[in-house]
This record gives sequence, C-alpha cells and structure tokens, in this order.
Amino acid sequence: MYNIKEEMQKRILVLDGAMGTMIQQYRFSEEDYRGEQFKDFHVSVKGNNDMLSITQPQAIKEIHRKYLEAGADIIETNTFSSTTIAMADYEMENYVYDINYQSAKIAKEVANEFTAKNPNKPRFVAGSIGPTNKTASMSPKVNDPGFRAVTFNDLKLAYKQQTEALLDGGVDVLLVETVFDTLNAKAALFAIEEVKEERNIDVPIMLSGTITDASGRTLSGQTAEAFLISVSHIPLLSIGFNCALGANQLTPHLEVLARKSDLPVSAHPNAGLPNAFGEYDETPAQMADQIKTYLDKHLVRIIGGCCGTTPAHIKAIADLVSNYS
Amino acid sequence: MQEDKLHIENKSGVRYLKLSGLEPLIITPESNFINVGERTNVAGSRKFLRLIKDEKFDEALAIARHQVEGGAQIIDVNMDDGLIDGKEAMVQFLNLIASEPDISRVPVMIDSSKWEIIEAGLQVVQGKCVVNSISLKEGEATFIKQAKLIKRYGAAVIVMAFDEVGQADNFERRIEIAKRSYDILVNEVKFPSEDIIFDLNIFPVATGMDEHKRNALDFIEATRWVRENLPNVSISGGVSNVSFSFRGNDSVREAMHSVFLYHAIKAGMNMGIVNPTMLEVYDEIPKELLERVEDVILNRRDDATERLLTFAESVISSVKEHKVDLSWREKPLQERITHALVKGVDEFILEDVEEARKQATKPIEVIEQHLMTGMNVVGDLFGSGKMFLPQVVKSARVMKRAVAYLQPFIEAAKSPLTPKGGIKTTQHWETADPLNYRLLKEFALKMRNKPTDAERLLWNVLSGKKLDGHKIRRQHIIGNYIADFICLKSNLIIEIDGLIHQLPENKISDEERTQWLEKEGFRVIRFTNNEVLSNLDEVLDKIIKALAIPPLGVRGPGAGKILLATVKGDVHDIGKNIVGVVLNCNNYEIIDLGVMVSAEKIIETAKKENVDVIGLSGLITPSLDEMAYVAEEMERQNFKVPLLIGGATTSKAHTAVKIDTQYSNAVIYVNDASRAVTVVGNLINDNNTAVDYVKSIKDDYVIVREGFYNRSDRKEYLSLADARENKFKIDWNTANIAVPNFTGIKVIADLDLNKLVEYIDWGPFFRTWELHGKYPDILTDKVVGESATHLFQDAKKLLQKVLDEKLLTAKAVFGIFPANSVNEDDIEVYANESKTEIKAKFLTLRQQLKKKEGTPSMALADFIAPKETDKTDYMGAFCVSTGFGTAELAGEFEKDHDDYNSIMIKALADRLAEAFAEYLHKKVRTDYWGYVAAEILTNEELIKESYKGIRPAPGYPACPDHTEKLTIWELLKVKENIGVELTESLAMWPAASVSGYYFGNENAKYFGVGKITEEQVKDFALRKNMDFETAKKWLRPNLAD
Repeated sequence: MYNIKEEMQKRILVLDGAMGTMIQQYRFSEEDYRGEQFKDFHVSVKGNNDMLSITQPQAIKEIHRKYLEAGADIIETNTFSSTTIAMADYEMENYVYDINYQSAKIAKEVANEFTAKNPNKPRFVAGSIGPTNKTASMSPKVNDPGFRAVTFNDLKLAYKQQTEALLDGGVDVLLVETVFDTLNAKAALFAIEEVKEERNIDVPIMLSGTITDASGRTLSGQTAEAFLISVSHIPLLSIGFNCALGANQLTPHLEVLARKSDLPVSAHPNAGLPNAFGEYDETPAQMADQIKTYLDKHLVRIIGGCCGTTPAHIKAIADLVSNYS
Repeated sequence: MQEDKLHIENKSGVRYLKLSGLEPLIITPESNFINVGERTNVAGSRKFLRLIKDEKFDEALAIARHQVEGGAQIIDVNMDDGLIDGKEAMVQFLNLIASEPDISRVPVMIDSSKWEIIEAGLQVVQGKCVVNSISLKEGEATFIKQAKLIKRYGAAVIVMAFDEVGQADNFERRIEIAKRSYDILVNEVKFPSEDIIFDLNIFPVATGMDEHKRNALDFIEATRWVRENLPNVSISGGVSNVSFSFRGNDSVREAMHSVFLYHAIKAGMNMGIVNPTMLEVYDEIPKELLERVEDVILNRRDDATERLLTFAESVISSVKEHKVDLSWREKPLQERITHALVKGVDEFILEDVEEARKQATKPIEVIEQHLMTGMNVVGDLFGSGKMFLPQVVKSARVMKRAVAYLQPFIEAAKSPLTPKGGIKTTQHWETADPLNYRLLKEFALKMRNKPTDAERLLWNVLSGKKLDGHKIRRQHIIGNYIADFICLKSNLIIEIDGLIHQLPENKISDEERTQWLEKEGFRVIRFTNNEVLSNLDEVLDKIIKALAIPPLGVRGPGAGKILLATVKGDVHDIGKNIVGVVLNCNNYEIIDLGVMVSAEKIIETAKKENVDVIGLSGLITPSLDEMAYVAEEMERQNFKVPLLIGGATTSKAHTAVKIDTQYSNAVIYVNDASRAVTVVGNLINDNNTAVDYVKSIKDDYVIVREGFYNRSDRKEYLSLADARENKFKIDWNTANIAVPNFTGIKVIADLDLNKLVEYIDWGPFFRTWELHGKYPDILTDKVVGESATHLFQDAKKLLQKVLDEKLLTAKAVFGIFPANSVNEDDIEVYANESKTEIKAKFLTLRQQLKKKEGTPSMALADFIAPKETDKTDYMGAFCVSTGFGTAELAGEFEKDHDDYNSIMIKALADRLAEAFAEYLHKKVRTDYWGYVAAEILTNEELIKESYKGIRPAPGYPACPDHTEKLTIWELLKVKENIGVELTESLAMWPAASVSGYYFGNENAKYFGVGKITEEQVKDFALRKNMDFETAKKWLRPNLAD
C-alpha cells in the first residue's frame, strides 16, 4: 500500500485537469448520457456529467488514462456533483451512491494499471466532493435574509453518503473542492470526521476553496486567511485554491495560505480566465510558465488544473514539476 | 519540503488563538485586549431582550452593529430567556448577522447554558467562532462529548471554572478546575490548547462581606498561574461583575473596570466581555479615586470598601458614550445618500430621501438621480473589488427601503388618465379622462345600446371571459376616446370597422390618436364588419394571438417584472439568484424559472407573465450557444422585451458578437449583480430614456463587434515551418484514393442549358438585386416579398426565353490527372501514371494564424498524397462558362434603355455558370472520376455542399492567389478549348465563368487561408519564380499587418 503523505515528502504531486472540458469533447447526446440503464429516465439528463461514470465508463476511464499518461499522480473521481443535493436538479438522488461508487471504482482501476506499470510512481485517486449548488450561509431571498435554502444537517447527510460511497469504491484521498461557502465545507469535513470515527479509519483530506471575485474573497465573503482559519480544525493533507481564476491571479491567495499555514498547499487553477466565448485558451506552455512561479517560490506541494485544462496542460505541468523536488 | 516556512509560530510550541468571521482575528501577545461585545445578550440587556421578544430583528441587529462600530472584536450572542425559544432565536439572529457584513466580519461568541442552543448556533456560522461555555459541572462524560463536537464544528471554547462540586470561588479551586479541564481537553479530546479560553469567574468586590474581598485578586492571581502553567490558553471573563455593588454609580464602576482590567491584563487576561462605553481610560482616572479603587481590587487595606463607598458619594456620575461616527451626516444630500447606500446604513435613508423628494420636481427623480448615483458608486466599488457581495446585497436593501418610501408619492404624482400598463392596481379600469368622462359615458352607453351586427356577434363570443378567460369590456372610455372592445390586462383594443369612436368635437387624426394610445401602452387591432361576420374563427384566432403578446412597454418604476433563468443544459444558478435578490431589493418582481430552462419555457412564461425584461444566466461554455439560441427564438417570435445576459463565461464581446446580432431589440451584457439594477432601471423607467439607452448600447456593441472582427493586429502567427508541421494530416497508408475512370482533358462544347436549371441556386440572384433573405422564404417576406416575387417572375420569363431561343452557350473544359503533393505546399500534376512528365505545378497557401491547439494549419496540398508516400493521387481542374451570348443580349437590352433586363441577363448567366460548375462537379464525382458511384442529393444539399470532395476556385478563401488561374489555363488550354480568356487582372471573360480545382479526398473541405505573413509570401514568390513585390501585390489582401 502506497502512502500519499510519504510520496508528498519525496516530490511535488501532480493532480489531474478538467473532467468537464474533456467530456465536452465527446459531444455526448441525451441518449449517450442515458445509456442503457437510464434510457427511460423521466427527465432530461444531458449535462449530468457524473452519471457518465455509469453510462459511459469507457470514456471516463479514457480521460483518466490520458491524465495519468500525461503524468498526473492524483486523478479525481468524476463525482463533483454527486450529492443528493446537487443531483436533485436531475432528480437522481437515488443514484448518488452508485455514481460515487462506480466513479471511484473505475478511477482506481485505471490508477492501479499505471501504478503496476511503474511502481516507482504510484498513482492515487482523490474522491472529488464539490460544493453542491446551495449555500448554507447566505439567503437566496432578499426579503428574508434569515432564510437558508439548505441546512448544515442536510449538507452533512449528503456529504456523508458521498464520502461512504467514495471510500467503498476505493479512493485514497478525499478532495473537498471549489469551496465557495465555508459553512458547506465545514459540513463536509464534519461528515468525513463522522465516517472516519465510525469506521475507525484515517483518510487524508485535501481541501480547496475558490476565490471568485476581485475583492479576493470567497463567495460567502471570507478572506483567504479567514477561510484558512475556519477549516483548520480538521487534520488536512493539504489546503489550497482551485477554479475561478487563472494561475497568475491565484498567486497572492496561495501566498496567504503558504505563509499563514504549516499545511502543504495545493492549487488547481483554471487555464487562465475564459475568453469572450467561454473558452479557456491559455496554452499548456503559458500555464506552465505561470506555475513555474509557484514552484520557484515553494508555494505548492500539489499542483494540477481546473476548468479548461487538458492532458496537454497537465503534461506541461508534470514536465515542469520533474525539475523540482 | 518547505521547512523554511513550517511551524513559523510553533518553534517554541507556542500557538495562538485564531478566530474568524469574514476576516481573521488572531490573538497574539502583541494583541491588545480582545473586547467582546456584550449587548446582544438577552440576559444582560433588557432592551435587547425586548427587541428579540417583539421580533424587532432590525433594531436588534443595529445593536450588534453599534458594538462592532464601537470596537467590539467579537460579539457575544445570548438568547437564554424563559420566554423566548432560545434555539430558534439564536439561529435566526446568527443568520441575520451573516447577511450583515459589517457585523459578521468579526467572529461570534455563541453564548448559552443550553447545549442544544450552542449546537444550533454552531451549525449556522461559517467562521471559527467561540462557544461560551462548557464546564465539568455535569461531569466528565458530558464535558468530553461536547468538547469533541465543538472541535468537529471548528470552534474555540470557553471553559468555566466550574465542576461537579460547584463554581470556583478562590485561587486554589480556580487553578484546580482549570488544570483538570485542560488535561482532559488536551490529552483525551485532543482539543487544540490554543482554542481553550478559561473563564475564571469574576465576582464582585466591595460587597461588604469579608469572603468577597479577595475576589478580584484571586482572579488575577489564578489568571497568572493559568497562563504560566497551561500553555497557549486564553483567559476571559465578564468584567462588569466586579463592580456589581456600585450599580448606579457609573463613574466609580468605570474606574473599577479599568483598574481591574489594568491588573488582570498584566497577569495574562487577554479577552473579556466589556461594555466599551463603561470603561474609563486608566490614566484619566482621578488620582484619589484611582487609589481607592486599587485598594479594593487588590485588597490592599481592610477598610478599602468603606473608603471607596464614602468617596463614591462625592463622585458625580457622568455618562460617557463612545459615539458612532456620524460626521457624514454633515455632508451634502447626495453624499449622504451615497454614503448610506455604500455603507448599507438605512437609519437615515428615509429622512434623506424625503429631503431629496422635496427638492425634486417629480418624486421619480429621487430614484433616477439620487439613488441611482449612489448605486452606481456601489457598482463601481464592487466591480473593482472594493466591496464584496454581501455588502452589495445590503446596499440593495437600503435602496429598497428608499424606493418603498417613494412609491406612494410616485403613484400619486401620476396623471389620473394614464393607465401605464405596468402597475396593475385594482383600479385598472379607471382609464377615462375625468373631465370628459360624463359626456363620454353617455355616448358610450348609447353605442352599447345600439351595436352593429358585427359588434353584437363579437360581443357574444368575447363577453363573460369566454375567450380563454380574458376579461373583455366593450365601449370602454380611454382618455378622450371610446374603444369598441378592450382587454385591460393586455392593454389590447379591438376595433370593428375602422374608427375608434370619439366625441365629434374632439376629433383628431387617426395617427395622433394611435400615437397617444400607444404611448399610454395600448395596442389596437382592427377588423372590418365583413371579417367578423364571415370569418369569425380567423378573427378570434388573431385576437387570441394578440392577447398573448406582452403589452407595449410603458412601465412605472419599481414595478417591473423580470424573468430570470439559467439556460438549458446548465445548472449553475448562484449568480442568477444574486441578481434576483438584488433586483428584488429594488422592488422588481422576479419570476425565477430556475435552472435548465428551455428556450420554449422562457418564451412561454415571458408571454404569459408579460415580463418587462428577460435575464439569462449560465456558467458553462455550451450555455453561450444556448443564450444565442434563445435570442434567435425571441427574434423569430417578434419579442420586444429587453434581454439581459450574465454569468461567469459570458462577456461583452460574446454578447456583442454572438447574441446581440440575433435579436433586434435590446441585448445587454450585465457583468455583475449590482449593475443589474442600473441596467434594468434604464430599460424600464421612462420610455424615451430607455430608447436612447438601448440605442447607445446597440451602438456600443457595433463598436465592440468591429473591434473584434478587426483585431488581427493582436493575432499571433505560426512560422511557416511550424504551420507546415501543424498541417492537416491524412493517414495515407489507410486513405482511400479513388482511381479515376477517366484521366486527361475533356471538352464540352455546347451543353443543353435545360440540364442546368435544376442546379440553379437562386439565393445569390436576389442578393445581386440587394434583396436580402433566403430563397424561397424571401418570396413571402413581409418587407421584400412582393418585389422579390416580381423579380423572380421576370427572371423566370427571361430564363425561359434564353432556353427556348438558345440565347446562351454553355461550354466547359476539365481535366483529371495523377498528382502528388511536394515540399508540403505544392502539388505536381503529371501527364500520366508513370509520373515522369510534370504537366503543371499548383502552389497552395497555408494558414498561419495561431489557433487552438489541435486545430491544423491547412493548405489545399494537404488533401493530396505526398510524393514520398509512393502513392499516386489525383486532382482535377476545370473551367465552365455560360457567358457566351451574354454581352450581345445585354447590349441589345441597353440599346432599348432596358437596364433592368440588361442586369437580369447577366445575373441569370452568372447563376447558370454556377449551376454548370455544380452540374459538372457532380458528373466528375459520379462518373468521370467516379469516386462516388451513386449520389442522390437535393439541390438544397448541393448548395450546402454536403457532398464529398471540393472544387475550390482560385481567388476564393481556400486559395486566394488569383495567379494560379494562369496555371489552370495553361494545363487545360482553356482559351484554346472553349475560348474563355483571362483579363490583365486575371478576371475571366466572359464574366459568367467559373474555374477551379477538384479534390476528391473524403477529408477535403473548404476553409479560409486567412492572413499570412511576409515569410510565406517570400517563400511563395521563390517557389513561383516571381519577384517578391509582385507576389506581395497579388497577395496583399491576405497579408497580415
């Protein structure tokens, strides 16, 4: 059994890139999304990328494989929205366990293939736990600022179920990511702690927030440092930021984490900011060039990509990282 | 690893208490004493208790805000009271605090003696808060259980010096309980020691009882011991307790607090619940008072209490207040309003708005000027990152209060005769001009009593909501007019047989009347008596359709209806929700359709609800296309409603280039929620401003588009070598190369023109005449349909004449040859399969513009197998003409001054030439080359080029170099074979001719070479054996700047 903490001591680990961007290239139709299992499902499911782990597992595996070939040490399961809360949009709450379990299972299978080929570079699977589409510390109704669309307990239950399924499917790490509301993340961490206690296990947790606007705050209004303090009560493998901004814009916020915390810092930025047409056109070379700054400044121990990144980006990053220890 | 930065604060094992609200609070030895606000405590503040009991949360929040403004770094919230539901009140109040960034920037202290209240509080706070408090009072098991949960929720904890025996009231008990609690927390629960705060019980002194004399001193001594012996912990306490016996004498109490703190802080107390307004500055305490107070606190004299009591009577109590900074109230009105909006302070907004209203000529101006000016500042600050979202939402709330206050004044200011579509009060039938009302009413009654047959028939089907539930009235008075029928909900007037009735003495022109009615928001549809009597079904159908269209958009401010939706395929809605919230704050009614909403549903709802604005949101890339589609649909269905575009991936450029072009009405990119208010305000406030605003946006987008199309200067180009490296790759090992049935050159001297008719693409024909639209839809187009139809009839007539009398001759020459690409960009054409004789060499141009990775840089040569593959490939070339005879015919028409037919014959000849090229290409595909055996394509498919293989023409995008025509002419002996010549500028003569190449590979496709660099021009000149300047001249349009 390989230990990710030990690997992290030895080298900077590379996380994979965007799943959604890769899935888009397949241009799956409604029928493709449905596959055999959901062919008579009663609502439209096109766009529900996570269910592809069940209906198009070969495609998802292929994407994982491409990232592993590119040099990723950690691949993320295709489960960003696999909670009962986020799946409610597709009325697929009842399939959440299966989606998480299958996603973890296929990711682990592919990771194992690569580890077997090169045991000197063991590959890990991180169970992706997204923020859901509801926010626990802000009201969606202006006339009722005290209202909340989701409670801590709702979130905790949903995250617990996701965590259990991901662990059953064999993930090595849990990645609570794209945190826009710290209270949501705290519910996820709470749920994970419960699972750890009930199963009497330890599982490394990566936590990654997202800073969305020019004020340098999370959507729920916290500064980077306030965010760090608010999640420091749980032992973490790493803390970092992802999404929202490109590598350059993320630098000052990562510096805050590196300076204010003794935890290893992770980053998986977008391939720059989207252009006017929503496309990320930062090339692998451009992105790697910016990430070089992180490495030169010793900012990160885990580095990967978010929206718009492709295996080519991850390869450029992995090649770059190999020059650093 | 990053050893250099590891454990910065941990080298000596020292760790600091770190808390957070929206901002961090880190308590270090250098920190000043941390002041915990105590006024939001129902146990400590009767006022706060009353407000909570009465559910006056606004005022309760104001107390919290004042504390933070007054310097509280943490705010204690306590809801322990027998008469309120503590748990519910705690959750509600903490949720409300969370939406007040001025307050929630500091950490919260959740204060309760009931665990369930504490836990409920922990579940609603995103930052790291403090629990106040737990203790060993109920034994270790409970203590441990609660501590574990607090740790898991991520909070620090205050531990009371209290155990199973009771509260610690002396030095020994204090340190005993503190030590025991600490050991359990740190060793068993693994609670971070820096997150432990001890409350060592501050009890009153100077009570007159001897056992209380050491109360302050024991606390101070115990504090010192704890700080020295229990690493990393903090010490807190409720300071006002110490002066309890001097209630009523604030001067003495303030001095006591200051003295107590002065010594306790020195001993290590680093935080506490203190009323900052009840604190004297230590150095400013009068000397005599100071001495007596210190005697009491430090228990320095046996008679300390008596001496202080005696002295206290002589001290005049003076109340000090730490004032909130209200200097901004001195500023001019606009600055005050802006300040209130930016800071989200609603305390004075009503008085300021009232002042503004009195100055304004119309109450609406207060919104349009004063408030909007403020909101624009908010928008700018937000846009530049100086404000963040929760603050913006607060600003919006202040705005809402102001608007709500102004609303009745705005209503009252309205002219009584204007219905102004948007505001549907219960009185919307009151549309008559009061002055003429009596006269009009008599007239209307008369008309109602003697309806025409048509009116009677229509009324039969319209009355009593029979028509799909629409309430229709008849002979209704509007201003100075009487409408036959009207639906007030849709503001639709239905007139039978022409005129709108009016009093004879008030007659004005139709136009003027219609203008007035439309200005007032009414639409008018008319039917003749005959239509109603003979074709009632059609009339009803038209009425139903008209009722479905939203009424003309004259809207009162603050009463607009806005539809919001995340488009189909996208589930991201946070941004959209925020926009909804902010707009809702500004009194707009929001219809939120949620996520994954189809264009059909958006449009259907927009119609049903008569919305004023539609807002689309989306985050993922495909949503951009979906938005463009919604716009296209809105255009198709003749919508007039403005369309707002927002969401993370949207942009002004995308909106201008891809969406604005789809919809002829307003399309506006809204980059953030705070802007939405201004934009919507501009759109639906006042008709004229809205028109100007929309025009200015449209104009702006034209500039954006031009900028976008012309941004070649910022483009990057690949070097020619890199571009060649990135060529379009065909796997020639597996590629299917079809061996032609025929190679060599073939001439068609005179083709029967009748064969070409079915290949004619009429679209460009109409464009020649500057009639724009798609054939055949153009024939029925509203605007140009009639002219197009006439033109088409004339064309058909002339065409028939040409065919019948054989006025034009169709000639063609084409060849198919063995070929290979060489040196990447060139194509050698061979005389025969032996490839020994090179008959011609075509030079192709290659794309150099840097594109997305994975997109090839194409040249036509890529479609031909390279020589080094040892495979023989093929290509063809052709020239067709139907121009022989055109000039003569045109000349004849011109002689008769019939320019119309002169142009017509040229246009027809052009169409026939294109049809011939199409016809011949088909022949080549299916017969001469024969790579497609059977091909059944409709003409439409031909036009769409849905066949295999291409026939690009020199001078067109895939091969912009005209000089290649010379090579074709040479290869096919065009002039000799069919008589088509090339002019000096390489135009073909007769003009109705088409020439080009044939590429048969299934991967061959049309593309544009686009801009190329000088490097390629030089290389091209070299290959072509042409001097650089001449090459540059020919390729200038393609040369990158």
